[in-house]
Amino acid sequence: MDLNFSPEEQAFQAEVKAFLAEHLPKEIADRVGRGEEPTREDMDRWHAILNDKGWLGGSWPKDFGGQAWGPIEQHIFEEECAKANAPRIVPFGLKMLGPVLMKFGSPEQQAEYLPRILDGRDWWCQGYSEPGAGSDLASLKTRAERDGDHYIVNGQKTWTTLGQYANRIFCLVRTKFDGKPQEGISFLLIDLDTPGIEMRPIRLIEGGYEVNEVFFTDVKVPVENLVGEENMGWTIAKFLLGHERTNIAGTGFSVQALAQVKALARQVKRRGKPLIENPLFAARLASVEAELEAVKITNLRMLSKAAAGGRLGAEPSMLKIKGTVIRQELNDLARRALGPAAAPFPSEDLDNLAIAPQGHAHNAGNYFNNRKISIYGGSNEIQRNILAKGMMQG
Amino acid sequence: MNFEMSDDRRMLADSLARFLADTCPVEKRVDVAYAEPWHSDAAWAGLAELGALYALAPEEAGGMGGTGFDIAVVFEELGKALCPEPVLASLLGLRLLAAAGQDLEPVLAGERLAVGIGELDAPYDLDGIATRAEGSRLTGRKSVVYGGAGAERLLIAAQSGGKLALFEVKAGDAQVTGYGMIDGGPAAEVFLDDTPGELLLEDARGALEEALDAGALALCAEALGAMEVVQGILIDYLKTRKQFGQPIGAFQALQHRAIDVGIEIEQARSIVILAASALGGPEGAKRVAQAKFLVGRIARLVAEEAIQMHGGIGITWEYPMAHYAKRLVMIDAQLGDTDWHLERLTEALAAE
Repeated sequence: MDLNFSPEEQAFQAEVKAFLAEHLPKEIADRVGRGEEPTREDMDRWHAILNDKGWLGGSWPKDFGGQAWGPIEQHIFEEECAKANAPRIVPFGLKMLGPVLMKFGSPEQQAEYLPRILDGRDWWCQGYSEPGAGSDLASLKTRAERDGDHYIVNGQKTWTTLGQYANRIFCLVRTKFDGKPQEGISFLLIDLDTPGIEMRPIRLIEGGYEVNEVFFTDVKVPVENLVGEENMGWTIAKFLLGHERTNIAGTGFSVQALAQVKALARQVKRRGKPLIENPLFAARLASVEAELEAVKITNLRMLSKAAAGGRLGAEPSMLKIKGTVIRQELNDLARRALGPAAAPFPSEDLDNLAIAPQGHAHNAGNYFNNRKISIYGGSNEIQRNILAKGMMQG
Repeated sequence: MNFEMSDDRRMLADSLARFLADTCPVEKRVDVAYAEPWHSDAAWAGLAELGALYALAPEEAGGMGGTGFDIAVVFEELGKALCPEPVLASLLGLRLLAAAGQDLEPVLAGERLAVGIGELDAPYDLDGIATRAEGSRLTGRKSVVYGGAGAERLLIAAQSGGKLALFEVKAGDAQVTGYGMIDGGPAAEVFLDDTPGELLLEDARGALEEALDAGALALCAEALGAMEVVQGILIDYLKTRKQFGQPIGAFQALQHRAIDVGIEIEQARSIVILAASALGGPEGAKRVAQAKFLVGRIARLVAEEAIQMHGGIGITWEYPMAHYAKRLVMIDAQLGDTDWHLERLTEALAAE
């Protein structure tokens, strides 16, 4: 048993740290560190910086412009990025569609779209959930009906993250209307400039805008935009669900969040003493830190198994549940530490009042916004269903 | 033993509920609570006209109630309606003015008044208050003063001659920066720089503690009202939202969680009743601390579970339950959070 990274992995970690120190723009890291959403420009800029280095699609095969990183390198990269307050890599093109096209796409689709994902010409968004199809994704109703060389798409998608910045959307659509619902779903690429598409923002609980509804009315999509074969969309969706799970526990974010809460608890006071000396708060902090240390090791155990070519079963679902709950607990502590100072609705007008210590004005908003992480990508209830099914079949 | 509400209080609850449903419907709340002045002048005037504020003050001081149960009835209705009106500020103010033997009539009739106690480095504890008085001139900063935006008068707790004293300050004499809160409603930062004030109580410690207990009880009752509404919304959703060909409430995993939420809400109701009955008596401080501790923990559980069982819709601005959930979480940080009150209780244990 050896819990250390190999010398090669440690060298890579040092290289990533050094790169981040030199190339991550300070104003972007500061914004992320304050818990504000990175701007579209921040994300484009950071993607371009990584792409210049060849690290944007680090886990992509070399033939497609990547570095062929294994799970451990990918993990090291993501952890170090999170700890440095780099913006999250927008996953829809790089981590979702890219791998799908490599596995299921035609050579033409690969040649057309993969370079455009890396160089930022295309910003993809995801059209999976519908108002009536959330956890029960297979019940989706958006229909694509063949009409000569086109599909005619009608229906509605929702929870489309950062759709406001996207020029293309990949969708699960229904192409067969009888039989098992899973067997009538196809994976379709749609240009958002096509007539008949309307994107409407959904405001979230804390007041921000990051998700959207997308309405399709008689949208004509060329048949060559089908990925894989007709009615094979569910296979593709399941492939995606099992792919790139290295960051599923979000431990890098939690490590960063823990460091911020500790610093905050040294800064704010209760009864004339730093909050970190308050036994009840310190107990909360120490508890979540122990949980985090454990889940980091669970995560590494999974990565090590995956790197050795092992097949992952329950691990990703366990990690998603534990990882999200820990992150949410840390968000709670960051809000709790502020006491009443967490209450003001964040506004630039208030910044000079420094009601919360600098960098913490969004703590309550982030707590509320991050309730999403145990809901999206297969809610923690769905993860438990997956685990239970495995247990009973095992 | 009788756990029935008296007829007078039931009538008050009913008329308040009708008024709030007409005047502050929750669907309109987002337009009111999150935009300056972060409440509605018309709703405020209506509440005063209805006599809701009279219920918060004792008869001997010119009010028509003021017991724990009177306070709980009013705030439970405010909580059900998710009302952003700054009634808490008036409650605190009325208790303090009564203790100082001041005329309550202007406040009972709807004058906007706010109370500045907490500070940046002393959000909950009276001992940490650093605002000082030299004679009757005040210097210091009061942070997150509930109802402070738009208040005409401020009551300020300040150190004076080795004692914690209470002063009255005209809002126009201080620098008051108002803002809205993340769960709606008005607050303010109050900056005092050799600001003239009028001494109301030379030794205000007892009066402040009593007012804070009354305020904490009010917040517990408000949370209880909000939890009841969230529970109703959640149960409706479990019955009507269909996934996998059936209502999601048919899944035992969710049934059990919804039931646990219900059990906890009954715990909250009981501790609010206990605290209301004890307010003002020898056990008052302890019961209020128990209530604020339990309600703080339960309100967070209810908010988080209700959101999780809803899924994405539960964290959208458009869905009223999301705003109830925000209030339920943020209420904990007002007048002492879960940990603060638990600490009071642990200290009392050691002294038993």
